[in-house]
Amino acid sequence: MTIASKTPLTAGSTRLISLSSVMPWAFAALFLMCLPLVFQSNSALTIMNQMAITIVFALSYNMLLGQGGMLSFGHAVYMGLGGFFAMHVMNWVEDGLWLPLPLLPIVGGLFGLLFAFLIGSFSTRRAGTTFAMISLGVGELIAACSIIIVVFFGGEEGVSGDRTMGPPVFGYEFLSQLEVYYLTAAWLLLAALLMFLFSRTPIGRIANAVRDNEERAEFLGYSQRKVRWISFCFSGFFAGVAGSLFAINFEILTEENLNLATSGTILLVTFIGGAGFFVGPIIGAVVFTLLQTVLGLHTELWALYLGILFVSCVMFFPGGFAGLIAMHRRPLALGKMHLLVRPYLKVAIPAATSVLSLAALLEILHHKRHSYGDDHAMSLYGIAFDAGGMGSVLVTLAIAALSLFLVSRILPEIKAAWDEANHAGGAA
Amino acid sequence: MSVPAISLTDLHKQFGLAKIIQGVNLDIARGERHAIIGPNGAGKSTLFNLITGRFFPTSGEVRLHGDTISGLQPYEINRRGLSRSFQITNIFPNMTVFENIRCGLLWTMGYRYSFWHMIGRQRDVTERADEILEQINLSSRRDLLAGTLAYAEQRALEIGITIAGGADIILLDEPCAGMSHSETDLIVDLIRKVTEDKTLLIVEHDMGVVFDLADRISVLVYGEIIESDIPDRVRASAKVKEAYLGTTLEEEAV
Repeated sequence: MTIASKTPLTAGSTRLISLSSVMPWAFAALFLMCLPLVFQSNSALTIMNQMAITIVFALSYNMLLGQGGMLSFGHAVYMGLGGFFAMHVMNWVEDGLWLPLPLLPIVGGLFGLLFAFLIGSFSTRRAGTTFAMISLGVGELIAACSIIIVVFFGGEEGVSGDRTMGPPVFGYEFLSQLEVYYLTAAWLLLAALLMFLFSRTPIGRIANAVRDNEERAEFLGYSQRKVRWISFCFSGFFAGVAGSLFAINFEILTEENLNLATSGTILLVTFIGGAGFFVGPIIGAVVFTLLQTVLGLHTELWALYLGILFVSCVMFFPGGFAGLIAMHRRPLALGKMHLLVRPYLKVAIPAATSVLSLAALLEILHHKRHSYGDDHAMSLYGIAFDAGGMGSVLVTLAIAALSLFLVSRILPEIKAAWDEANHAGGAA
Repeated sequence: MSVPAISLTDLHKQFGLAKIIQGVNLDIARGERHAIIGPNGAGKSTLFNLITGRFFPTSGEVRLHGDTISGLQPYEINRRGLSRSFQITNIFPNMTVFENIRCGLLWTMGYRYSFWHMIGRQRDVTERADEILEQINLSSRRDLLAGTLAYAEQRALEIGITIAGGADIILLDEPCAGMSHSETDLIVDLIRKVTEDKTLLIVEHDMGVVFDLADRISVLVYGEIIESDIPDRVRASAKVKEAYLGTTLEEEAV
């Protein structure tokens, strides 16, 4: 049945793509284009590429966790399989197969989709614990296979290749890191856009419905299994795309790319960013890659800090970083953000000092345990000191205690300001 | 007589040793408003779950417009034109009111598992969803999260989701449970409005609602239907009085 539009003036506007929906993407494209102008070194480009790959992977994971309500412990399988296949195709290209490098992620994606289709056929029957357990089992199975089936997985050395052997695309052969960056960034944008659009389709919305209440969805004509399966296939495709991008960037894939540790990492990344929001995994991937690469350069303990971040995220802000930002929508809508500025500024220095001094404490203790012989010289935040005696520990403890005390004194003020900022109407 | 909308033949359901439904035979004609009443634990909800595919019968048969549906999944039964509401509110709490209704529309409006339509641009869906919101008086709540609605509004939304797909057989499981008198009146009006020209099967404890709404009433006691007739005769039936209604009927339904 068709119903004539009651508002002919606005009827046409729904057909056009509205400016407000295009702007964020145009801005993102511009941003990605300009990034290499600021960060020019090869290592910075590598970090950005790694970030882009993690973003695509995390977004594909969130199609399951955030949008479909499927907690997977084995999502690296699809990224890994897609990546391995892309690696093989890259080698076939070297032997004469015609395929321009920018199209490789499609091939890897389709391979990921194929396996998601096969495995999803039985794993998506139920959500919850059943799905989680099957994903764990399949993850372990494929990781074990990667050592056994040497033809495909290359055993412990993995599979490597050379991305530059394909036909040149407009003269580019992807020799330089910058060219690879633009290729990766273009795929990041395309994949993110497609995943965003997926969430706006009927199946995308019904995936949310099945996540929230699978029984109700069944009584509305939808097979919960089929809805999950379709989401799962799409997720597998984009994981395969991420794997292919990894293959293009690093020219090697090993068991590490599809084992349970990688699956666990992407769960952590998505959760820290905020599974309930489309941008959540993007934030999570950026934070994670920075911790891993930049912080990883300075301290061996980066994984510990990541773990602490994850645990505090689960305990104190389960919406992740995106959730923290989204909390401020209401004060913003009420025009009361200014109430929060002062308390936030006030707490910033003590809070930062607490975090830094607690981290310093961990670093000093770590240094004391692992330094050789009498080499107690240490440098933190640009301050050189002798970590030999208990002096440095006591000083750091004192700073930590003092700053934590200050934070605890400011907290009630923040809470009061928060309540006031979320309170509709005039002054309370 | 034409083919009944719902037809139950010698239906049995057993959970372990407990025989909950013990041989129910019932025909509900097209366009009829039929109520099932009975004391707590009589098997009313189980009967509902058997008809809608939530449970499989131990033996016996359920027919919809003459076709057997025993053993079909809930979504398959729904696609044959049967839709139900739940005794405990069963909505999508993290979606907006509008989106809740829209979810109820998508299958029957032909969008199914589509990933090639942008849902926001399907004007037919948006307009139909807004019409239904208008019908159930929730237009002003359109963009709120369903979980934040007041209880009575959630019940209305539940009915809205149930009828959205345009099913011609509607099953409502205690739609007025936990409501005040004035809220009950509103819901009854709503039910009457949205089930016009449809077959309605309703389970309800509020006798006022039952006798007000139903064309025919079946009385279920210990998994058996002891009486199935028009309201006046059910009220007068000695068998019903003896088995279940007794004095409460006199007090409440006059």
